Amino acid sequence: MDETFITSIQLSADERAEKQPFAVPLDQSPQQMHRRQFLVISAAVAGGVLFCGLDGSTQRVSPEDRVLHIPLHFFEAAEAAVVMATVARIFPADESGPGAKEGGVVIYIDRLLYGPYGSDRHRYTQPPFETGVPEVGYQGKATPAEIYREGLKGLAGFDSLSPAEQDQALTQIESSVFFSLLRQHTIEGMFCDPIHGGNVDMLGWQLLGFPGPRMSNYEDVDRHFGVAFRPDPVGLGGHPREKEE
Amino acid sequence: MKTLPRADVVVIGGGWTGLLMAKELGSRTAASVVVLERGAPRKTTDYFSRMDELENYVRLRMMQDFSSETVTFRHNDRQKALPLRQAGPFLPGVGTGGAGEHWGAVCDRMSPDSFEVLSKTVEKYGSKKLPEDHAIQDWGITYDEIEPFYSRVEKLIGASGQAGNINGKKIDGGNVFEGWRSSEYPLPPTKIPYFSALFDDATKRLGYHPYPSPAATLIAPYVNPDGVARPGCTYCGFCERYGCMIGAKAQPTNTLMPVIEKHKNVSIRNGAWVRRIVFDKTGRNARSTGVTYIDSGQEFFQPADVVVLASWTLNNTRLLLLSGVGEPYNPSTGAGTVGRNLTHQVSFSPVLAFFEKPLNRFMGSGAAGVLIGDFSGHVLDHTELPFVRGGTLQAPSHGYGPLGNFGAVPKSVEKKWGSAWKKAAIHNYDRAGRLAFQGEHLAYKGNFMDLDPTYTDRNGDPLLRMTLDWRDNELRMADFAIAKSIEIVRAMGATDFTPSRAWGSYDARVYQSSHLQGGTIMGKSPETSVVNPYLQHWQLSNLFILGGSTFPQSSSARPTLAMLALTCRTADAIVDRYLKAPGPLAGS
Repeated sequence: MDETFITSIQLSADERAEKQPFAVPLDQSPQQMHRRQFLVISAAVAGGVLFCGLDGSTQRVSPEDRVLHIPLHFFEAAEAAVVMATVARIFPADESGPGAKEGGVVIYIDRLLYGPYGSDRHRYTQPPFETGVPEVGYQGKATPAEIYREGLKGLAGFDSLSPAEQDQALTQIESSVFFSLLRQHTIEGMFCDPIHGGNVDMLGWQLLGFPGPRMSNYEDVDRHFGVAFRPDPVGLGGHPREKEE
Repeated sequence: MKTLPRADVVVIGGGWTGLLMAKELGSRTAASVVVLERGAPRKTTDYFSRMDELENYVRLRMMQDFSSETVTFRHNDRQKALPLRQAGPFLPGVGTGGAGEHWGAVCDRMSPDSFEVLSKTVEKYGSKKLPEDHAIQDWGITYDEIEPFYSRVEKLIGASGQAGNINGKKIDGGNVFEGWRSSEYPLPPTKIPYFSALFDDATKRLGYHPYPSPAATLIAPYVNPDGVARPGCTYCGFCERYGCMIGAKAQPTNTLMPVIEKHKNVSIRNGAWVRRIVFDKTGRNARSTGVTYIDSGQEFFQPADVVVLASWTLNNTRLLLLSGVGEPYNPSTGAGTVGRNLTHQVSFSPVLAFFEKPLNRFMGSGAAGVLIGDFSGHVLDHTELPFVRGGTLQAPSHGYGPLGNFGAVPKSVEKKWGSAWKKAAIHNYDRAGRLAFQGEHLAYKGNFMDLDPTYTDRNGDPLLRMTLDWRDNELRMADFAIAKSIEIVRAMGATDFTPSRAWGSYDARVYQSSHLQGGTIMGKSPETSVVNPYLQHWQLSNLFILGGSTFPQSSSARPTLAMLALTCRTADAIVDRYLKAPGPLAGS
């Protein structure tokens, strides 16, 4: 049923790092990525990057893969390409580490909008819809899914702009509800548990030194004062490398 | 509508107070008790594998579903109220255990004068010190009367802490400003994580009196007087907005349900959404005859001899209004009592502070932290201050995840997306901490609740309408908290800090606390209160109302412990007096 795929075109080795969707460049980790600080580098060496699939299954992307097939539930392929480009400007891959593209944020947002949140199943949506003082919060009728659909129309072709042009385009919509959702969902997709489709290979958690859910910090909670204590991250689905073995 | 077999007692709401009443009545009497809870059943094992920040902290999976019911909100009667279409300033619970499942579990007591704010303030400063439009009133009960019940519920939940005043003797290291306690806490205080330890050290140097936050989270394994055993906290940090996966945090499901389940005379009906309290107004002995509820589309009438309303501040008030029990409050005439004295708390983070060294903030417990009581209402000298009363300041360490906390950057970083922000947000992610102030919100004539004329819930019943705004007293108190907090984070060694912006109108977009109070308040007179000091309805003597809705105004303490203590007091009055001779327990 998932007939829409994000498919990368055949790329030359030099272009892959820039254009391959989501994946951290596998065979040529850029030096900005601080090899020693990100487990994904060693995971890559061990065989690639692991995604949690939309059904909770895992999918290994090997360094040899030149084409990715990620099933989409909500976005059209062109929309996904634009979303991926926008979140990559909100949370870019740069000298401080991998970004939203590498973290699989677009997969997270695609799944989010397809689910109950996207159609406002848990929001009070009875009419009349009126506007009041800002302190009463969002009063609009549009659901997150509708806000994205409409917002993306205005960003057609965004993915083929230069980074500077992209930043300019985003600055123009900075105060819109659409942008605030994009920004919020970028953070969510970057740092949620990988079971939700984002935070691929726990890249986000690795950036922060966040260990994910740990059953006990009893011995450590009143120690390590002023010194970073950084246990290896583990998600609710376990550690990707363990799962693979 | 189907009429069900009569019950001796029907309890509306299966949260902290409703289940505590069910436990007391179920274990101490032979009365048949039916608890009607509109949410789903819950138990500790549900929380295994629920350490999911997205589902719990962000999507609020455990809270009331706003698509079914919300409230409308306006600042004053010149505005049209609009519905809070998504959760905002407070988080109503739902399901067995209610909000008691996902609370933070700080369990401080109210100071003795909290129960007599009106008379104590007038005594000390004269009536001119109070705002003209205030609606403050004494509770009709004193701290000395409630103290034994505070001690009892501390033993029930296994409170961890350090006493600062046992029978009048001050003890360093505890809260030296607290009211007298008849006994030490059942368990010693929680461990103190780094951020809270910095606060402890700094406030001591500044001459304040820090003490560890009292916690309804066990520091070690404990067996309570009911024989319920629970393990010690592991400081996993998935605490507030989560159910405890091991049962270390006291929750109705792990503390009360093990007793309730042993008593066949108590039954809990999940999925039962109560719509009306039914009453007989003929004759001199007005009484409730039971309640109607809807379950899976079918309407039921549950007859009962005693009705206990325990469905949280907002729904307690709303059910009385929907049912026509009592007279709705009219702010322009002051007549009527139902809906009056709506208060929240002056609850906010006065300062965000940045530190050079990492804080390891992922480790913690909902109630772990350090407090100072030096700015409390009864401690401050208000002679020269532009406000009355006050609050506590806390350095919490409740465990922090990235979805709720990523993105804090010093104010020098203006753009909140892109490379510069990302770099600063990553660097500061575990180097930033917020202090938390929780102050008293005075009751005012113009802050109240009634039924909304436009919006309805999923059953077609009118939503509750809140009319609420801050007054000058709250704004000046917030200013004071910000100034003091800046002084303290500097002493903690903060390299940078961002103070809260000055307070303006009540902002329903921002989470503050779930400590809404008032609406069905207790007092000494039926002219100005809904229930007597035994939480018994003035007109319908077989109706008892439990929870924060009975508090005439907020104190600076978290309300849960007082709610539980007052529930125990009411349970005793029902068991020892009411059931033997039904009728009013207090005269006006």
